[in-house]
Amino acid sequence: MRCGGFRISYRSDERIFDTAVPVIAVVVLIVALGLAPRYATTYWLDVLNRIGIAIIGALGLNILVGYAGQISIGHAAFLAVGAYSTAILEANAGLPFYLALPLAALVTSGFGLVFGIPSLRLRGLYLAIATLAAHFITTYGIIHWESMTNGVLGLMVQPATVFGLPLDSDARVFYLIYALVVPATFFTRNLFRTKVGRAFIAIRDRDVAAGVMGVSLYRYKLLAFVISSFYAGVAGGLMAHHSRILFPDAFTLLVAIDYLAMVIIGGLGSILGSIFGAIFMTLLPEVLKLSATSLTGVYPNAFGLIASVRDIVFGLAVILFLMYEPQGLARIWLRVRSYWTLWPYAY
Amino acid sequence: MGDQLVFMLQLVITGVAVGGVYSLMALGFVLIFKASSVVNFGPGELVLFGAYVAWATILPMKMPLWLALPVTLGVAILLGLVIERGVLRPLIGEPIISVIMVTFGVASVIRGVLNMTWGSDTRPFPGLFSQEPFHLGPVPVSPVHLWSFVWVLVLLAAFSVFFKFSLTGTAMRATADNQQVAQSLGVSVKRVFALSWCIATVVSTLAGIILGSVRGGVDFSLADLGLKVFPVVILGGLESVAGAIIGGVLIGVLENLSGGYLDPIMGGGVKEVAPFVALVVILMLRPYGLFGKVQIERV
Repeated sequence: MRCGGFRISYRSDERIFDTAVPVIAVVVLIVALGLAPRYATTYWLDVLNRIGIAIIGALGLNILVGYAGQISIGHAAFLAVGAYSTAILEANAGLPFYLALPLAALVTSGFGLVFGIPSLRLRGLYLAIATLAAHFITTYGIIHWESMTNGVLGLMVQPATVFGLPLDSDARVFYLIYALVVPATFFTRNLFRTKVGRAFIAIRDRDVAAGVMGVSLYRYKLLAFVISSFYAGVAGGLMAHHSRILFPDAFTLLVAIDYLAMVIIGGLGSILGSIFGAIFMTLLPEVLKLSATSLTGVYPNAFGLIASVRDIVFGLAVILFLMYEPQGLARIWLRVRSYWTLWPYAY
Repeated sequence: MGDQLVFMLQLVITGVAVGGVYSLMALGFVLIFKASSVVNFGPGELVLFGAYVAWATILPMKMPLWLALPVTLGVAILLGLVIERGVLRPLIGEPIISVIMVTFGVASVIRGVLNMTWGSDTRPFPGLFSQEPFHLGPVPVSPVHLWSFVWVLVLLAAFSVFFKFSLTGTAMRATADNQQVAQSLGVSVKRVFALSWCIATVVSTLAGIILGSVRGGVDFSLADLGLKVFPVVILGGLESVAGAIIGGVLIGVLENLSGGYLDPIMGGGVKEVAPFVALVVILMLRPYGLFGKVQIERV
């Protein structure tokens, strides 16, 4: 039974997987994901697709907020830029999907660079307000630049083709999404083994002190925004292909708050936290829908109340998690795991 | 007096009146921040709450006005107490992002409860002021706008005096400055927090009532107006009551002027985005606003 960490080389300190168990778990998970489309219904495939997109978006936001400590309420704006860029590059520039998506993500990174500039002068609350403004300005731009985005009428997206195979069903989009989720997770995990990741964490903890120590605040704060919005751009592009029609309504401030909730409920500064948070927030409305359907016998009005109940449950979840488990689901998971590994000892 | 001048004056006057209501909402925000350094990211929902409760007491419950208003304010005070005791007190000392998220959570719960109780249809709000426009020179002004502005001025003056000269107001300012020292001097920090949230909810309720009568109806779009508070408080300074007044009027006028002159060029909707563009500019040039306290960073 492992007790504490005993490392005798830098290489062993940096390993992603310490023992064989996580490797086996990951392999099993990937195999399960590969088999899922065969056994899941279209409805649940759609849910899994949305979870996958949310995971990528939440990872990006966690890098920015959880690891680099820059509060950002503008995530919905970045998703929107990614989604609309992908759609426009495919429709107007005629680019194939495997070029449009990375290019759109780069466009979103550029966007992130511009909207990250306030972070060089502002911190905490002021930065949050600046990102709020960025959100509204972006949404205004999307709604009113009708020649490119079709405004509120919606923009249609043609299915992507990979090696000549059109991705027009939920199952095929599933493979696309999870083919990106897995590398995204590994990339994030790897990021925090590198100098860049450590710089982010230093900035989060005490940015003035980090600057004094030689961490270039200018470079790394902007880099945090750039990387985070790259993830958001990818997630947005996948959203475009998942739902195949884009409305500005899909990128309201509530979406940004949802992503923040994912990251906070899941656990700030934790990759597992981003994943748990994404799953939790995506499944919440589904669970409510299921309970509404089963309660329709008792409360015939149940279905109509879903929107308001969702708001109440969401608000309560955020409040209760922040009051009783501020480090989120990842911490709860860690406690469960330690209890399991260390039993019968307490620590 | 040319038509152009009348047009501009009309925009300015409407802007001043609307700005007065923004000032009122901003006052609620500034009060909470001044006393407890907590940022409320759901001011819109508080305004919505006030407007709906006021509507509910006046119309469906048919209370006479002299009863409905105190009842509404009483409910608002109750909400302030519930929020402060239930949600914010356990989070004292937590990092700011937790506090921001919790205010979003509270806003969400309020919105859900309102939706569930009264639905999201537009409800006609009783006109508390006469509708006949009167003329200020060549410019027609609605008495509703005028009354709301007068009320806003009265309230803002009252609060300025309260903070500056009364013992409780001074205690609140002391708590905002340094909680521990204030506690050591005998100020009950818990009571100050509760009081600040109650005042904030009351002020938001009043703003909601005024907005309801100005617009003639209450619906969920009132909440979006709440977010306009941010440009106002950033312009005025997060801790300044005077800043809330001036910032509100300035943003109201800016909004209307840009809407009036830029809408034909940009195709509409400029009114919504202009305050936020102004916000970004202010944050870049003078983040602490006109009257805010400059925060000194220490390592």
